Amino acid sequence: MEDAGFILGSYALVFGVVAAYSWRVLRSARRAARRVADAEKYWT
Amino acid sequence: MTTLDPDERAAEQAARSGAPNSADTATAGTRALGLATIVAMGWLVAFGLFFSPADYQQDEAVRLLYVHVPTIWAAYLAFVVTAVASGLYLFRSEHRLGWDRLAGASAEIGVVFVAVTLAVGAMWGRLTWGVFWQWDARLTTTALLFVTYIGYLAVRRLGGSHHQRARRSAVIGLLAVLLLPLVHWSVRLWRSLHQEATVLDTDLDPDIEGLMAFSLFVGVVAFTLLYAWLVVHRTRALFMEDQLDEQGLEVALAARRAEAVDTGEDR
Repeated sequence: MEDAGFILGSYALVFGVVAAYSWRVLRSARRAARRVADAEKYWT
Repeated sequence: MTTLDPDERAAEQAARSGAPNSADTATAGTRALGLATIVAMGWLVAFGLFFSPADYQQDEAVRLLYVHVPTIWAAYLAFVVTAVASGLYLFRSEHRLGWDRLAGASAEIGVVFVAVTLAVGAMWGRLTWGVFWQWDARLTTTALLFVTYIGYLAVRRLGGSHHQRARRSAVIGLLAVLLLPLVHWSVRLWRSLHQEATVLDTDLDPDIEGLMAFSLFVGVVAFTLLYAWLVVHRTRALFMEDQLDEQGLEVALAARRAEAVDTGEDR
């Protein structure tokens, strides 16, 4: 594949950013969840 | 004597009080959504990188469009949701903070997607135009969109009560969304280096077909699912952060009252 470096690098960037942001969202959610009672969580 | 961090202390206090707090933001629905997202992303990689053909003009660089276009599509969706949720908070009599949290969560995700769009767009520009950046209409208005919503997120952190936050954010959310048609139609309004819309064009005659169209469609579906998954988790997390804010305020008020009583007794 021509320009494989740019193309593969771009896909890696996209999925890397998505994975990092998703991990950050889940981590902050888990930290908050430990401090809030289940009864107060409207989705449980 | 051991020292506990705030999370461990909170978890210990909850255990002592008997109130269960083990559930996080995941539910059966979000797990299904997450799995669908992962499968769709796998298809995107397969079709985007391997099964779809090279373009006769752009050659292999066309493969970047299968992530570039879906990310900006998802960002548009996110900012429209922010605007709608802002309107629902502001103009309904009950002023429910749930709408404000949805608006905030959606805007945050939209900002991440626009950042990715700009980064991948720069790579594509390097391959096709020979430069990472040009101050042309589409790129400039997209950069303006990015900065505007960063401003929106900054305004949300200014402090004050949750309703004060919600009110000022809602006004900005409703105004900022007006940039979307400007960004989308910038290639028509001004002479732009950036190509015109491939699918959402005025003549509604997509300039893409076959496996390339399908790869683009898979990308749009994948990033829409990703947006949905992220917004549910982030909105729930914001709900819990607001709950903790309120609890912290109540504890601080109770401590202040106790202090005032003690001071009174000392006199």
